[in-house]
Amino acid sequence: MTKKQQKIILLIAISLVFINPIHSFAQGFAGPSRVSGNFQFDGQLYRSDTLIGAPEVNEQMLMNNFANLLFTKGDFTAGLRFEYYLNPIKGYDTKPTGIGMPYRFMAYKTGDFEVTAGSFYEQFGNGLILRAYEDWNLGVDNFLDGLRVKFNPAEGIALKGVYGKQRYFWDHSPGIVRGIDADFSINDLVNSMKESSVRIFAGAGMVSKYQQDELIIPKPGYRYNLPENVPAYSGRLNLSSSNFSFISEYAYKMNDPSSINGFIYKPGQSLYLSATYFKPGLSVMASAKHTDNMSYKSRRTESTTLDINFLPPLTKQHTYNLSAMYPYATQPNGEVAFQGQIIYTIKRRTKIGGNYGTFITANYAIVNSLNRKAIDNDTPIGEKGTLGYKAALFDMGDEKYFRDLNIEISRRMNRDLKVTLQYLNLLYNIDVIEGHPGEPNVKANIGIADIQYRLAPTKTLRFEYQHLLTKQDKGDWAMALVEYTIAPKWSFSISDSYNYGNPESDQKRHYYNATMGYTHHSSRIALAWGRQREGIVCVGGVCRYVPASSGLTITITSSF
Amino acid sequence: MRKIILLLIVLIAGYVSMAQSGEKTFHKIPSAVVKTIDGRDFNTANIENDGKPIILSFWALWCTPCMRELSAIAEDYEDWVEETGVKLIAVSIDDSRSTSKVLPTVQGKNWEYDVLLDPNGDFKRAMNVNQIPHNFIINGKGEIVWQHTSFSEGSQQQLINLVRKLNAGEDISDH
Repeated sequence: MTKKQQKIILLIAISLVFINPIHSFAQGFAGPSRVSGNFQFDGQLYRSDTLIGAPEVNEQMLMNNFANLLFTKGDFTAGLRFEYYLNPIKGYDTKPTGIGMPYRFMAYKTGDFEVTAGSFYEQFGNGLILRAYEDWNLGVDNFLDGLRVKFNPAEGIALKGVYGKQRYFWDHSPGIVRGIDADFSINDLVNSMKESSVRIFAGAGMVSKYQQDELIIPKPGYRYNLPENVPAYSGRLNLSSSNFSFISEYAYKMNDPSSINGFIYKPGQSLYLSATYFKPGLSVMASAKHTDNMSYKSRRTESTTLDINFLPPLTKQHTYNLSAMYPYATQPNGEVAFQGQIIYTIKRRTKIGGNYGTFITANYAIVNSLNRKAIDNDTPIGEKGTLGYKAALFDMGDEKYFRDLNIEISRRMNRDLKVTLQYLNLLYNIDVIEGHPGEPNVKANIGIADIQYRLAPTKTLRFEYQHLLTKQDKGDWAMALVEYTIAPKWSFSISDSYNYGNPESDQKRHYYNATMGYTHHSSRIALAWGRQREGIVCVGGVCRYVPASSGLTITITSSF
Repeated sequence: MRKIILLLIVLIAGYVSMAQSGEKTFHKIPSAVVKTIDGRDFNTANIENDGKPIILSFWALWCTPCMRELSAIAEDYEDWVEETGVKLIAVSIDDSRSTSKVLPTVQGKNWEYDVLLDPNGDFKRAMNVNQIPHNFIINGKGEIVWQHTSFSEGSQQQLINLVRKLNAGEDISDH
């Protein structure tokens, strides 16, 4: 942090404190004041465990920690977040090592007008052209630092404008991001639509990034002629009625040669469509998504962070330990995806539905490569410095990236016993998704039983059994977990995942774990002792690699 | 830097003690713009239930304990509403990967909750929600009187008992 930044913060702090005694110099400052915040401490005490490939950690203990402080008075809000990484926990980027206060903002709201100066999070539509967000567990934080204005000029119109630089750990990205977005509620704008049972929403946005030209040499004697300003546009249309809903968004990005797309000059595009029919106790959803060359970063040569947009994968996010072993993430360079889902409730107090009803969810997703065609007879597909290739909307290629058929049935058998059963059939292109060239597609069958039994009104025993069968990757796994909870404060669990089918006989390992949690109001402390398998943690299709580790994990969270 | 942080904490602590001298004060629901499940913009400062209590529950489709909790409450929700007049508002913090699945899930599972979507996390940050599930009880005046994070089977009974106590005029903030 520079001296100048320190001075600004000091000024904010002092003004916050003295605003009250001086008393409302503007009407917006009237009203009660409030200081609130939250806090999380993640610490891990490591123990070397050569059996699972967990190396010695020099510091012995590592920690990630944040504390948010939020001050509100009337229409005025200010906030800041301290972050500490001493040193960063294994599996997180090591760049932010140390202590800092990267996030700070002031916002003022008056009637239909809102201004934020400093750090802010924002999303246009589904995020296909802009999404600034944070996810602590993933180590993702790409807030924009700059200025945001929101304005509602009339009922049914919402406008947003953003201008700033993305966070890059303790620093900023070299690129500048600017964007405007408009949302229209047609029913509020068109008189004859006011009473209609069908609601229509339309929206459009534009984002432009600027990054200075730089010298990148594809081959001796040549240099790329790089665009300094790269705009992206999107338009969306949503409909909803009492039993039908439709969501759509189209996004287009101008040519944006980068490390991710192999420095091709082809524009990018994405189309997302989703339709749902529903009534109480039944919903049927179908969606489709085309993605072509849509990586959009504020630095050309960045490979992991600095995403300006978000490309949501069209697959279900699984949450059980073994069902989450092979998670999918959108391939920004190109994919075609389809998904269907049915959720059905068999009514309670019927012969089949039982006393409490039976819940069934079936979901199927299919993702393939994009069918790329050469631009002419002389240029190989994807040749750097050219337009790369041609691809039509929803033209699916032959290469399978992902398949997921999953069914879940859940039913309370009686007052004390509840059973959930899940079956998954997966195909996972480990070569493309994890970048393991030459490895065959993983085909896995997974079965899960989750049985909950109530011993007393607040005491419950829960048992999970999970089984994963595959001939590829690390082979078969079995997992069992027993959890005992005393509501609302205590929880205890022990579990073991056993990689009994690993093709390497010395890799047939047990990953045992014991956990304990205590909650009081909005504060919670959780301890976990044991082994963590190497793997991928994903939220919203954004994934983080987690190395194998062994030891004690402590998490303390609190909000106030 | 350290001096500044220290000064900041001292000043704010002083400010808070200044502001909070005297009787217990509760805060109202902060203002943030979220979406209703049929796509309209909605300001959270307008959350109300005709002077009756509200349970505000932050959840997401990927959060197994949240799904367990909302499923468990759904079994008794009709009785809860009839007895206490309480309204549960389920605030989904799903991102655009799963926001389109919130409506199908709520309908398919036949949940009768009011549902709000907070894909940009504005309401979540204003309420200082970190881990989910995170529940708040709001009294008839729109003030936040109690909060709790995490779910274990049986917690739902505590929740409705607190609502009953609130209706009986008790202070539940220390429970």
